Amino acid sequence: MATLQNQVEPQKTRGIATLLRGRAKKPGILPGFGLSLGFTVTYLSLIVLIPLSAVFLKAATLNWAQFWSIIAAPRVVASYKLTYGVSFAGAAIDAIFGFIIAWVLARYDFPGKRIADALVDLPFALPTAVAGIALTSLYAPNGWLGRYLEPIGIHAVFTPLGIIIALTFIGLPFVVRSVQPVIEDLGGDVEEAAASLGANGWQTFTRIIFPAVFPALLTGFTLAFARALGEYGSVVFISGNMPMRTEITSLLIVSKLEQFDIPGATAIASVMLVSSFTLLLVINGLQARMRRTGEKV
Amino acid sequence: MSAATSKGKVRAGDAPLVKWTLIIVALAFMLVALVLPLASVFVEAFAKGWQVYLASIRDPDALSAIRLTLLASGIALTMNLLFGLAAAWAISRFSFRGKNLLISLIDLPLAVSPVVAGLIFVLLFGLHGWFGPWLDDHSVRILFAVPGIVLATIFVTFPFVARELIPFMQAQGTEEEEAALVLGASPWRMFFSITLPNIRWSLLYGVILCSARAMGEFGAVSVVSGHIRGETNTLPLHVEILYNEYNFAAAFAVASLLSLVAVVTLAVKKIIEDKTGIRGEKA
Repeated sequence: MATLQNQVEPQKTRGIATLLRGRAKKPGILPGFGLSLGFTVTYLSLIVLIPLSAVFLKAATLNWAQFWSIIAAPRVVASYKLTYGVSFAGAAIDAIFGFIIAWVLARYDFPGKRIADALVDLPFALPTAVAGIALTSLYAPNGWLGRYLEPIGIHAVFTPLGIIIALTFIGLPFVVRSVQPVIEDLGGDVEEAAASLGANGWQTFTRIIFPAVFPALLTGFTLAFARALGEYGSVVFISGNMPMRTEITSLLIVSKLEQFDIPGATAIASVMLVSSFTLLLVINGLQARMRRTGEKV
Repeated sequence: MSAATSKGKVRAGDAPLVKWTLIIVALAFMLVALVLPLASVFVEAFAKGWQVYLASIRDPDALSAIRLTLLASGIALTMNLLFGLAAAWAISRFSFRGKNLLISLIDLPLAVSPVVAGLIFVLLFGLHGWFGPWLDDHSVRILFAVPGIVLATIFVTFPFVARELIPFMQAQGTEEEEAALVLGASPWRMFFSITLPNIRWSLLYGVILCSARAMGEFGAVSVVSGHIRGETNTLPLHVEILYNEYNFAAAFAVASLLSLVAVVTLAVKKIIEDKTGIRGEKA
């Protein structure tokens, strides 16, 4: 990498073309560098970069006072609080049960294990709208679960609890799939050493295993949290969408759009984008750290 | 797993009581959180019998939603497949400056809320958008029409093939490809007889994830579709309309088709994982 950097004159103003200029790894004979990279960069720019920049450029046409009055309006602030709160709760539940599921799948044999393992990814594969209507019908007062919960005073449909249930569903595989490979890769030798030094199972778990798995758990939690912040399809049906009470931020954007309030929708969207890009950086940092510690072991 | 069990006798949590308690907790949670929702889709779909089920699916609006969903996800899949191959080839076979930046940018759509993904196309192609007035003058319709739906679908499924192929191809050597070239194969011949067969499982894995997401996308498509029945309704949007009209049996009947796709996706995914040891990157 260092030698490569020296080849590109550093003083030059760099367009994306110069920035990405390169050559085959070995003085290689492999063809297609220009074609494949050219297509990649063009397609990425047309589909992702230019359209995304539209949000920020559009938001920039508002002056600061207008922008602030939109993104700090009470109904909007209520939606941020709700969105962050329910996303955190959903991701926390996922972290607890996702850890147990990952543990069980990684360390034990039991009948139906392969099906259980495949089923973990259901929330990735099932369309969010389908999940939304299914969960709503389950927790409705006459639903399979709702009929037992309603009499004891637990109301899920059209309450923040319902949103947490939907977000828990959506986020579960992120935790399991982050944690499971790390538990599978735990070396048995450290555990044996701990045991031979007199540690009981619980001590081995809290002192040896959990610290090793924690970074992966944190990554999974953050991924589930990030996904929950932007979630829409699974939430709209169960939340009831009452302003100030059960209206999440992505729903607020849709209702602004339906009223043709495009500047309003854009301003709120820019806030969401900034917060999700920040989270993305956090996740990348966590994963880079995990890779580094992984290499050390 | 069997290797792990045979390795050490003294692993934490292997006491039968602990083990079975944890298994029961895990399975009970999965039952409530995953199995019940999936099962309820099929039960509700047939709640009013076969006739209603079949009628809901044979309804002209449902059929046109099926066609549009297949069209949009077909185009999105083709485009993102070509992109994934190109990106993985460039990234795995050459070194260049800004490679890590490029890899991060490819994942960017995963961090964007589906609703915001829809919004960006409203900003570009809406009546007050960047290209809106010009498109209107030339009577080209993108927003609230099929092209908008296709674009939104492409955006949300953008990284799916690429992020499976890139790590897989990075882990591969280039000797076979170089040998083919030295022996006089043309670049395309090399690609079709060496590269493509070598990556086929990883490619299929990405294709499955990409098409499942494309067919099921709701938020982004909902923003750009305009909800014109029989014209710009995809299957998930059709489910929403039926549900909001309190036509629950029909809504769940259509939803059961999508759930079936999801179950097949999971099954094929599992088969590929068991066969090849490929494990998806965490989405």
